[in-house]
Amino acid sequence: MDIPIAKLYRDWNSFSILGFIMYKGIGVISWEFISEMPKDGMTKGGIYPAIIGTFCLIGGSILFAFPIGVMSAIYINEYTKHGYFRSFIQLMTSNLAGIPSIVFGLFGMSLFVNQLGFGDSILAGSLTLGLLVLPIVIRTTEEALKAVDDNFRQASLALGATKLQTIQRVTLPIALPNILTGLILSIGRVSGETAPILFTVAAYFLPKLPSSIFDQVMALPYHLYVISTSGTNINDSRAMAYGTALVLILIVLILNLTASAVRRYLSKKNNIN
Amino acid sequence: MKKLINNLIQGLFLISSTVTTLTVLLIVFFLLREGISLFNESPLEGENILAVHSKNKVKTVSAEQIKNIFDRKITHWSEIGGSNDSIILFTSQDFDTYFDADELGSKFEHLPRKIDSLINSTPGIIAVFSKKYIPPHFRGKLVEVPDVSLSSFMSGREWFPTAHPAVQLGVLPLVLGTLWVSLIAILIALPIGLATSIYMAEVASIRMRNLLKPVIELLAGIPSVVYGFFGLIIIVPMIQDIFNLPVGETALAGSIVLAIMALPTIITVSEDALRNTPRAMKEASLALGANRWQTIRRVVIPYSISGISAAAILGIGRAIGETMAVLMVTGNAAIIPHTILQPVRTIPATIAAELGEAPNGGIHYKALFALGCILFVLTLIINLWVEYISRSRKNR
Repeated sequence: MDIPIAKLYRDWNSFSILGFIMYKGIGVISWEFISEMPKDGMTKGGIYPAIIGTFCLIGGSILFAFPIGVMSAIYINEYTKHGYFRSFIQLMTSNLAGIPSIVFGLFGMSLFVNQLGFGDSILAGSLTLGLLVLPIVIRTTEEALKAVDDNFRQASLALGATKLQTIQRVTLPIALPNILTGLILSIGRVSGETAPILFTVAAYFLPKLPSSIFDQVMALPYHLYVISTSGTNINDSRAMAYGTALVLILIVLILNLTASAVRRYLSKKNNIN
Repeated sequence: MKKLINNLIQGLFLISSTVTTLTVLLIVFFLLREGISLFNESPLEGENILAVHSKNKVKTVSAEQIKNIFDRKITHWSEIGGSNDSIILFTSQDFDTYFDADELGSKFEHLPRKIDSLINSTPGIIAVFSKKYIPPHFRGKLVEVPDVSLSSFMSGREWFPTAHPAVQLGVLPLVLGTLWVSLIAILIALPIGLATSIYMAEVASIRMRNLLKPVIELLAGIPSVVYGFFGLIIIVPMIQDIFNLPVGETALAGSIVLAIMALPTIITVSEDALRNTPRAMKEASLALGANRWQTIRRVVIPYSISGISAAAILGIGRAIGETMAVLMVTGNAAIIPHTILQPVRTIPATIAAELGEAPNGGIHYKALFALGCILFVLTLIINLWVEYISRSRKNR
């Protein structure tokens, strides 16, 4: 027996959101839109500073979270045995993953902005976002390492390689496609998060680009939020909002496609070897 | 030398692996540090004090009573156990109406004396003014205002963190609003998500699955502001139209948006659970003559019920913590919800909306951190619950 409702529903749901925003936003997007400053109280011009800001935040947070996440996953998966320490770390990681993003915002504000005195800055925002995606990096890396066949490790060890050499030359290269997939997914997460940057970095409007990591920036998701809810002339900036939403969706779409392409390309390459 | 480097690197790995634990502990520490200090604060704004006539028998006035007095809901002292007088209000904003500017002196140096004589001559007065204006030989009586307590915080029904002269910090409307919106969301999302996951695990062809999987992943990747924007543009006006409401920003709008957002989680987790049903079990059921639907209903779903419930709880967890989408579509009125067609305000939305305006270190700021603590505890319980379910499933 077939269950057509599920199928029907699925078509409606996913395609209507994507379709609707694409339909409304595609006319807004132009070279000016992505390369110019906002003008006339966000009703004209472009979203260039918000795009730059989002890229700064992506760069900063990944620079922080990726190395720590990968090293952490290596330690958990390659160095610890099944036991209390391992399950404790894993429990903490999944707890961290479950903490709501607004709580990260509160935490980032009180630690990075106030306690450490970074102020509203790219540094504070990136660290907050980095902690937010850390569990995702750890989990995907852990899965990737777990998927590596133990025979490879044992063969390498049997040939006289040390544990570190095995990780470096055997385990990591095989796990790389899946690790990269996780990296790309966490970039997607960072680019869309709003709540953690509300009080750590995001600015309503800045006429210039950031010049150091202690500057505030505009960011795409926050920009969409303010121009669709709290602008002075919401109706006039609606077109800008559609365009911004579409840019955000396109970023996620492109990242997802890249992730699956990377996975396919690299796993094919590994199979040939 | 080589061994040293090896050990160093291993130490680096070890340190990295403790970062998540450290972060969780730091989050707990910072939330509690700001949140707990709320409970030694007076609900009166700034350095204010509350004074009455010396013959007045009232000893303490709660924040809620102050609000009712200043809202003119309590107009007579006898209502709260005081003397038999009508209540006359006096706050720092009334300086001009009671006194001439000339009388007070250029630096308000005569103000304390004036306040003193005013209180002494008006039996029904309730006066709120700054500590620094307490007269040297004060003939009135200072009334105690109890500090914000855990029980008044948890059971208070009013959330007016910037009210004058006493702030009202009751989280009940916010907690109920959060649970209300999340529960409705899960009621909407669970049947749909379960249907989709059954379709994907049991019915769909491999080609169909390979088509659906990326779409659902994409749906999970779309930022929450985009969902909020979509809700604001489509769902809010739709609800306003259908139910003929003055505003469409209601709990229902929030629930629908949250339901859409929770779907990918629910679908992925419950599909995994359904897929774990041993093939032998399904085939045995089919061999006994059960058709596909009977097999799904009697074998597959009962077998994977713990995974499905984990999916539902995880979905609720997502919904409780979701900030931006809810902030944009629920209308944000801090009232205890009675129907789904009322505006509500959730805990995360409150934090997001108000933290920017709360002065750093003030009572409002601390109250928002205390809200953060509540949110943290709620989601922690949910996480541990899910963890417990999935671990006991692994052991089976």
